[in-house]
Amino acid sequence: MSVLQENTLPVRSRTTRPAMRRRFTPTVIVYLALVALLVVGSVLVGLRGEVLLDQGGILNILTRATALGLVAIGQTMVILTGSLDLSVAYLVGLTSLIAAETMAGRNGMVVPGVLLALAVAAGVGLVNGLVITVLKANAFIATLGVALILRGYLEDNYTGPAGDVPRGFQHLGYDRIGPVPVAALLMLAAAALAWWYLSRTRPGYHMYAVGGDIEVARLSGVPTRRVIVTAHVLCSVAAGLTGIYLASRLGSGAPYVGTDAGYDLESIAAVVLGGTLLAGGRGGVVGTIGGVLILATLDTIFDDLEVDPFFKDVVRGVVLVTAVALYARRMVASRARGRLA
Amino acid sequence: MTPGTTTSVRLTGISKSFLGVPVLHGVDLELRGGEVHAVMGENGAGKSTLLKVLAGVHRPDGGTIEVDGAEMSFASPTDAQRAGIAIIHQEFTLLPHRSVAENVYLGREPVRRMQVDRRRMVADTRELLDWLGEDGIDPTDTVASLSVAQQQVVEIVKALSTDARVLGMDEPTAALADHEVELLYDLVRRLRERGIAILYVSHRMREVFDLSDRITVLKDGRFVTCAPTGELTSEDLVRHMVGRDLGEYYPDRAGPDDLGTVRLALRGAGNDRVRDLNLEVRAGEIVGLAGLQGSGRSAVARAVFGVEPFTRGLVEVDGVVRRVTRPRTAVRLGIALVTEDRKGDGLALRQSVRDNTLLVRRAALRGGRARARSDVPALLDLVAVVARGEHQEVRFLSGGNQQKVVLAKWLAVEPRVLVVDEPTRGIDVGAKRAVHELLRDLARRGVAVLMISSELPELIGMSDRILVMHDGALAGELPAGASEGAVMALATGHGIGEAA
Repeated sequence: MSVLQENTLPVRSRTTRPAMRRRFTPTVIVYLALVALLVVGSVLVGLRGEVLLDQGGILNILTRATALGLVAIGQTMVILTGSLDLSVAYLVGLTSLIAAETMAGRNGMVVPGVLLALAVAAGVGLVNGLVITVLKANAFIATLGVALILRGYLEDNYTGPAGDVPRGFQHLGYDRIGPVPVAALLMLAAAALAWWYLSRTRPGYHMYAVGGDIEVARLSGVPTRRVIVTAHVLCSVAAGLTGIYLASRLGSGAPYVGTDAGYDLESIAAVVLGGTLLAGGRGGVVGTIGGVLILATLDTIFDDLEVDPFFKDVVRGVVLVTAVALYARRMVASRARGRLA
Repeated sequence: MTPGTTTSVRLTGISKSFLGVPVLHGVDLELRGGEVHAVMGENGAGKSTLLKVLAGVHRPDGGTIEVDGAEMSFASPTDAQRAGIAIIHQEFTLLPHRSVAENVYLGREPVRRMQVDRRRMVADTRELLDWLGEDGIDPTDTVASLSVAQQQVVEIVKALSTDARVLGMDEPTAALADHEVELLYDLVRRLRERGIAILYVSHRMREVFDLSDRITVLKDGRFVTCAPTGELTSEDLVRHMVGRDLGEYYPDRAGPDDLGTVRLALRGAGNDRVRDLNLEVRAGEIVGLAGLQGSGRSAVARAVFGVEPFTRGLVEVDGVVRRVTRPRTAVRLGIALVTEDRKGDGLALRQSVRDNTLLVRRAALRGGRARARSDVPALLDLVAVVARGEHQEVRFLSGGNQQKVVLAKWLAVEPRVLVVDEPTRGIDVGAKRAVHELLRDLARRGVAVLMISSELPELIGMSDRILVMHDGALAGELPAGASEGAVMALATGHGIGEAA
């Protein structure tokens, strides 16, 4: 009888709704896309008479995924919190140098080297977090500024690789079990830890809350500043771990190892590809790892097919835009259902 | 939570000023466990401020707050929460992507062995939902998947989970559809049965009579009366709330000679929110559009202006059928909209008075005409803006001056049809008069004005004709100077629809 009632969505029955909605979360879409990509990639590579997922292929994908994965785990945390970190790429280079130079070829200095690199990384994260929360600088600008400071330091003090990682520590970069690098397993372990932290602990819950709506979080008694600073420290520590890993692979530290690979924007791309909202509040590490694996698999396929590197970037761009558009459509659909979201 | 215990609250002589402007003068209020106590008053009467004082959001300048006989001083909402007082604000404070349980325990998650005790969180939330008899909501549902009414239930559960015994609700039905309002009534009654004290702030007469046990009326920040609901009639209530003689504050209405041709006409127009609209607004005329919140008043304004266009029927501007599908088209046709959300939709708050004044002109016109800076002083003069200068950012202006800048922005493109939605919301008495006089002046110059207002005295005082909306359709038309009762009867659906 009334227009208002006709146009109000009926309250859906509880049995069907969550089942439908939960089936195609962005995380599920990412892994379906990954499987589809592996199938298509296998066929394309197969047409050239090669095999995508042979021992070398798997090793290649996982090795590519390890460093980016570590950075992206940290990036997931800051993005979930509604922030962003553009300083990770230079921090990867800086920590690789700190680790390698402290070790200076001595086995006994491995532990101090690792600890010092991580401490410096945590310090950089603390600065990022404090500049954003206390000085209230926009995260984009704040971390860009810190990135420039790090770049200035690196350019002033280094012209190329420096330091020396002892042979014993290089095992971290090269040991593997079958086709699976040990470092990749460690990266996955870090991802599992981050997943547990985000989805099972109070500080993790509060990261989602701050990213979802900082004012709501504040009024609910969440210590918002502490949450943002923590996210930045953890993100920088993840970048520090990446630097240490890369030092062990290279045998030395290298100032531009992080920026050459574009880990700043690449990690953000992986996070968003994994279904985490760039605005924060929704998403998670599981999706991010899926996003990282998609990017690593794409690269491996392109290498096998010997594709023009510029064309590679075009395809990656298309994939990214498509994914974000796809998630945005789902968001609009869910927004139509309720007032929020 | 220990069901059965009740809390009573007594506010005595509460005063509060903002920037030297008194909003509350010595207001008294008493609230007992197990009662629904309605606070009524016109816009600006101080209802929401009183609620915020109780919630610890604002500190009163004078007066005392007693909870169960003990005097309290709330420095923050957390203090009020500790005393068992929680408020459901008009804007919901939920995280859409998180589950119901996660929202209810946000910031207070139970922890067990380093982990959030999700099982307990879900169980406790379910217990509260069961206690309220809300079994349609599962604690693990994502908030975004719930209806607006269900989200409100989650807000209430969130408040109750802090062991609140006193619940303040600010216009709780504002966001609800009609059938959801009934659900809320039910819920409020259940809360009352369980000994919760409910402070119910509303300006909807019917709700207050349906629900409340006692009514306190505020007017211009002063306590007027407090009486059991049964002892008041709606006429009493209106008299207490309005308490002034109408007519003398408003400019003269249009005479027969002032009316010109039909500038805006809707013929059977409708969309998702409104239907079957037939109306005409003539040059020189101010037509009032009345109705309760949610009746579709603002939807008409938005449709005429092309924000959410009509999908059925015809729109005629100056006798020509037009398809207004975007605001830009509307502006080009000489239609202007002063939205109800001045700060959100009306102004670029961080830009200067001049930039705001020229906003529409620069957007809609080309070339030299768009750049007519020299016109700005005259425009600002016309609407009598008080600003430090053309370069002052509008966010530093008072509400009344901001609204004048909005009007100046539209005058800059010389509209033929002016739709104003709540043109005097949240502005002081002096500025109100100025806006009223300006609107009448524009009408005299041949502008067709369609005016929406929740303040009935204003709507009645200003309009040459009053159209009343109910439930997305026009319920009737009343002549100039109709009584508030006549408007309310149509707006609440009495005499129409009820029998159907």
